[in-house]
Amino acid sequence: MQTMNSSVALDKQESVGIPLQKRKGLFYYIKQDFLLYLMLLVPIAYIVTFKYAPMYGIQIAFKDYNIFQGVSLSPWNHFETFKLIFSSPQFFQVVRNTLMLNFLDLVLGFPAPIILAILINELVWNKFKKISQTILYLPHFLSWVIIGGIVAQLLSPTGMLNSLISHMGGQSLPFLTNKYAWVATYSFIGVWQNAGWGTILYLAAMTGIDKQLYEAADADGAGRFRKIWHITLPGIRPTIVILLILQLGNIMAINFDRPFNIQNNLVMDFADVISTYVYRVGIQSANFSVGAAVGLFQSVICLIFLVTSNFITRKFGENGIW
Amino acid sequence: MSQTFRNRIVDYTAAAVVLIAVFICLVPFLYILSQSLSSSKAIISQAVTIYPIDFNIDAYKVVFGDAAMLYSLFYTVILTAVFVLLALTVTILAAYPLTKKRLKGRSVLLLMMLFTMYFSGGLIPDYLNVKNLSLLDTPLALILPGLMSVYYMIILKSFFQNLPDSLMEAAHLDGCNELQILLKIVLPLSKPALATVSLLYAVYRWNYFQDALFYITDQKLYTIQLKLYNVINISQQMSGENLLVNLPSESLKAASIMFGTIPILLVYPWLQKYFVSGIMIGAVKG
Repeated sequence: MQTMNSSVALDKQESVGIPLQKRKGLFYYIKQDFLLYLMLLVPIAYIVTFKYAPMYGIQIAFKDYNIFQGVSLSPWNHFETFKLIFSSPQFFQVVRNTLMLNFLDLVLGFPAPIILAILINELVWNKFKKISQTILYLPHFLSWVIIGGIVAQLLSPTGMLNSLISHMGGQSLPFLTNKYAWVATYSFIGVWQNAGWGTILYLAAMTGIDKQLYEAADADGAGRFRKIWHITLPGIRPTIVILLILQLGNIMAINFDRPFNIQNNLVMDFADVISTYVYRVGIQSANFSVGAAVGLFQSVICLIFLVTSNFITRKFGENGIW
Repeated sequence: MSQTFRNRIVDYTAAAVVLIAVFICLVPFLYILSQSLSSSKAIISQAVTIYPIDFNIDAYKVVFGDAAMLYSLFYTVILTAVFVLLALTVTILAAYPLTKKRLKGRSVLLLMMLFTMYFSGGLIPDYLNVKNLSLLDTPLALILPGLMSVYYMIILKSFFQNLPDSLMEAAHLDGCNELQILLKIVLPLSKPALATVSLLYAVYRWNYFQDALFYITDQKLYTIQLKLYNVINISQQMSGENLLVNLPSESLKAASIMFGTIPILLVYPWLQKYFVSGIMIGAVKG
């Protein structure tokens, strides 16, 4: 044992599990690692100011928020705001739309990267594989504003897709203006944007599969499809499970940029989701309490979904996210 | 023979499907690029597909001649640079101390940070918080609220954790304090991870649109995304309630979209490997 007061030695000792000779006070530890605590002050200040302070502001969901009185002084109205939103058909519409669009993302968007990753994994020409991957990842790096702009041009009644359809003698399709077609467009854009990037984790998991398994399967005369079914897919199962929990847990969560930049006034029946609704009601119309209440409802449901799906996964013997 | 033949078929089929996927990825870009380089006559007659017709760069002359557009481009570049620098600093300041298992309160802090990944105040409390701090309509509103991503912090932390302990121990015995160890040993050894996290932050700041829409009304402080949003949507308003009428400004809109995309296209292919490696580090220790 060299220097007892050396913090590195201290670290070692604790990790091996040898009990310290004497319990020390809090002050001792702060002095011991003063610089480390000093560093932590910055991120702590950030987390408190920009993550936990807004959580304190959630209380306006139970208050008649008034700009002049602020969060703390505005009068309580208990569950009045919630009664109001639960009696509003629009609220149920945006919740339904959020669930519907996320469900379609789950059905179409979730398997797409798995299939694409398996295909990429089967490619034998390395140069082709690399270039394809680079191009397939690209849409992930575009902002939704740009994707929204591209989509509006590509799918408009006079856009390229409709010109091609009419050139071939078909009827032009209302990709963005009919609400049912819009839902399909929204889902497909999600696949377009994310399928390539989503392959990364699966491809990484595939490189981790023991090569001997494939050699043994070759020796037994297994074909490509059998190897995919019996070796590749089971090899990426833990990755699939984790990503599935995350996506199931987020079934009520929806980002703002994607629906906002693709939606238009003609399809709001299906396109208005929680985030865009909160923006319109909460910020544009300054109904802060209503916006906060809808947001809180969403956050709580999200948390419940996440905890439940994680719990179920662990019950089935897979590793959860915690 | 039949086995290798079947293998070949699988090879070609897989390649063909991937090729189709690649094509679907590229077509929208090619279309917008062709529109931006075509004459309005060709666009109105709907002749433009994935190659320009009546090649000209008039639209780009207009877009690059628009002072407001160039201004918001440079403004966003500077904003992104400042954001990345600050966000990286805060992330390091959280990630490094939290690698030290001996640190008292470490697990509580980590839990406090992880909790914010799964539960947050929501859009309105966030907005009111920024408002109460008098940050509305300042560049800081686009910098401070997103200063540290807990997810990226964990990526960096797991990278630091995998560095050999012996180096840090040796430096400690040589009398270096933790700050010196961080600056002289840990950071120089972590360049790839730092590059990854910086790029993730840069892409986030460059592409993120919501906070600019919420917090910024002053035109001088418009990010490139907010600027583009207005360009794209104002011309839509001009073309009537629905998107039925095609204005000659289609090529202008297309050129504006390209204007916002080009910076990403320029840097992305060279930096792609850093993004991929970042996702992998994060996935291993998630």
